[in-house]
Amino acid sequence: MKESMIEVKDFHKTYGDFVAVDRISFDVKHGEIFGLLGPNGAGKTSTLECLEGLRAPNGGSLRVAGMDPVRDGHKLRNLIGVQLQSAGLPESITPNEAMKFFAAYHNVTPRFDLLERLGLDEKRKAQFFELSTGQQRRLALALAIAHNPKVVFLDEPTAGLDVETRVKLHDMMRKLQSGGTTLILATHDMAEAEQMSDRVAIMLQGRIVKVGTPMEITAAGAGLTKISVRTQGTSLSDYDFPAVSQHLFKDEYNIYFSTNIGASITAIIARIEASGDVLIDLRVERPSLEDRFLEITGTGAAQ
Amino acid sequence: MNAFLHHYTFEFRTGIRNKQLLLMNYLFPLGFYLMMGFIMPAINPPFRENLIPALVVFGILSATLLGIPDPLVNAREHGIFRSYKINGIPSLSILVIPALTTMLHLVIVGAIITATAPFLFHAPLPMNWLNFVVIFLTMSLACAGLSVLIGVVSPSSRMTVLWSQIIFVPSMLLGGLMLPYSALPDIAGKFAQLLPATQAMNALNGLAMGGSASFSPWGSILALLVSGVLAFGLAVYLFSWDSRNTARRGHPLLALLAFLPYAIGIFLF
Repeated sequence: MKESMIEVKDFHKTYGDFVAVDRISFDVKHGEIFGLLGPNGAGKTSTLECLEGLRAPNGGSLRVAGMDPVRDGHKLRNLIGVQLQSAGLPESITPNEAMKFFAAYHNVTPRFDLLERLGLDEKRKAQFFELSTGQQRRLALALAIAHNPKVVFLDEPTAGLDVETRVKLHDMMRKLQSGGTTLILATHDMAEAEQMSDRVAIMLQGRIVKVGTPMEITAAGAGLTKISVRTQGTSLSDYDFPAVSQHLFKDEYNIYFSTNIGASITAIIARIEASGDVLIDLRVERPSLEDRFLEITGTGAAQ
Repeated sequence: MNAFLHHYTFEFRTGIRNKQLLLMNYLFPLGFYLMMGFIMPAINPPFRENLIPALVVFGILSATLLGIPDPLVNAREHGIFRSYKINGIPSLSILVIPALTTMLHLVIVGAIITATAPFLFHAPLPMNWLNFVVIFLTMSLACAGLSVLIGVVSPSSRMTVLWSQIIFVPSMLLGGLMLPYSALPDIAGKFAQLLPATQAMNALNGLAMGGSASFSPWGSILALLVSGVLAFGLAVYLFSWDSRNTARRGHPLLALLAFLPYAIGIFLF
C-alpha cells in the first residue's frame, strides 16, 4: 500500500460566519493524480490554500508530505510546488530571471531545460507581460516543478489554453507522475479530470460528496447510456426496446437512453436484422464524469 | 546570498524597465532638476546655494514616495506575494530589496545632479562631503522606510497615491526645498518638522553645505535614522501576504508611529 502524501482529517475553514469547508477528510497517495472538482464556492480553493500553507485552517488536521502546512511552512516550501491560477509573477520579469530567482530561493540549480521542454526557449528573455496566456501558464508550471517537489498543486492549469498547449501540459503532468510526484489538480474541466486523475473528489457547499476513481464515480450514478443508431431503412421507427427510457430522432440517428445497454443493443440489432434493414452506424456513449458531476451537483436537472 | 543577489538584480532592472519606475527614479527628478536649474536662479538668485541639496532631496522624495508604494500594493493585489510566500521568499526581502535598489538608483541620480550642477548652473558643491553622503543615505533610508510602510498599509492603489501625496506635497511646499525653513511662519515650521524633507534640508544646510541650520542638524539626522528604522520595522510587522486574506498583526494606524521621532524632535531639538 502506497504511503499517503496528503492527509486531511475533519478539516474545517470558516470566514466569519461563512463555512467554506465543513469537516472534510480525504487522503492522496504517493504518485497519485488527485482531482478536486466542484462548482465555484464549493471550497476547493480554501482547501488548496490551507494545504499550501497560504491560510490557516479553523479545525481538523492537515498533513502534506508528513508536515503541518502552518507549523512547518518553511520546510514545506521545498517539498511542494504550486502553479497558481494567476501566475503571480511581476510583469517585467523574464522566464530566465524568474527561473534563477525562484531556484535561488529554493537553493537548487536553475532548470533552464524545463523552459526548453515547455516550449519557452525562444521567450526566455521576453518580459512576463509579453508572454501569451499559454506561455505564462507553462512558465508557472516550470517554476512550480523546478525544485523537484514531492507534491505539486495545479489550480486550473489548462484554463483558456489551446489544444496543443493542453497536450504539452498533460504530457508534463504524466511525466511528473511517472517520476513519483503526487499531483493535486483543481479544475472545472471534467474531461481533463476524467482523463488525468487517478481519483477525484467532488466538493459541494464545503463538503466532499464523492471520492473515487472517475470510473467508480460515473458507474455509481443513475446516468443513462446513450445509444445512437443509423439505419438505411425505417425499421426502428415507432418501436419500443427494453430498458430504454427515452427515444429521440435527430440528424438521421435514432437516439436511445438505456438503463441496460446489453438488453437494449441486442434488441435493436435483432429488430434491424428481422426487418431486413441495414445498419450504417452504431455508437455507445457511457455517462461521462461531467454527466455524473452535473447529476451530483444538481445542475444537470436544469439542463 | 545567491538568492538576495538574484532578487536585487531583478528589482534593480525593474526600476529601469518599468516605465512608471523609470519616470519616478530618473526622468522626473532629472527633468525637474534641469527645469529648476534653468528657471529658479534667474528668479531667485539665492536658490543657487541650495540647488544641489534641494534637488537631491527632491529626487529622493520622487523615487521613494512616488515610486516604491504602488508596485508593492500591485504585487499584493495580483497574488505575487502569495507566489513568493509559496516559494519561500521572506517578507523582509520583499520589503527591503525594493528599498535598497531604489537607493542605488538614487545614488546614480544624486551623483548626476551633484556632478553637473556646478557646470550647468554654477551651484556650489558640498563643503563636507562625508556629512553630505551620510545625510543623503539617512534621508534615503527614512523615505524608503516610509514608502514601504505606505505600500504595506494601503488597501488599494488609489489610497497609495493619496498617502504618498500627503507627504510629498507638503514636503515640496514646506520642506525647505523651494523656500527656506526660516521663512515659514512658526506654526507651519513646527508642522514642517514632521516631514523628513525638512529634517534633511536642515541637516544638509547645517552640516554639509556650509550654511546654518534652523534647529539641531544632528537631531535631524537622528530623527531620520530612527524614523527610517522604525518604519521598516513597522512595515515588517504590519505586512500581509494577500489582499484577500486581510488578517494582519496590528492596526494600519500603527504606521503613524513612524512620525514619532520627528514629533519628539520638535520638543527636543
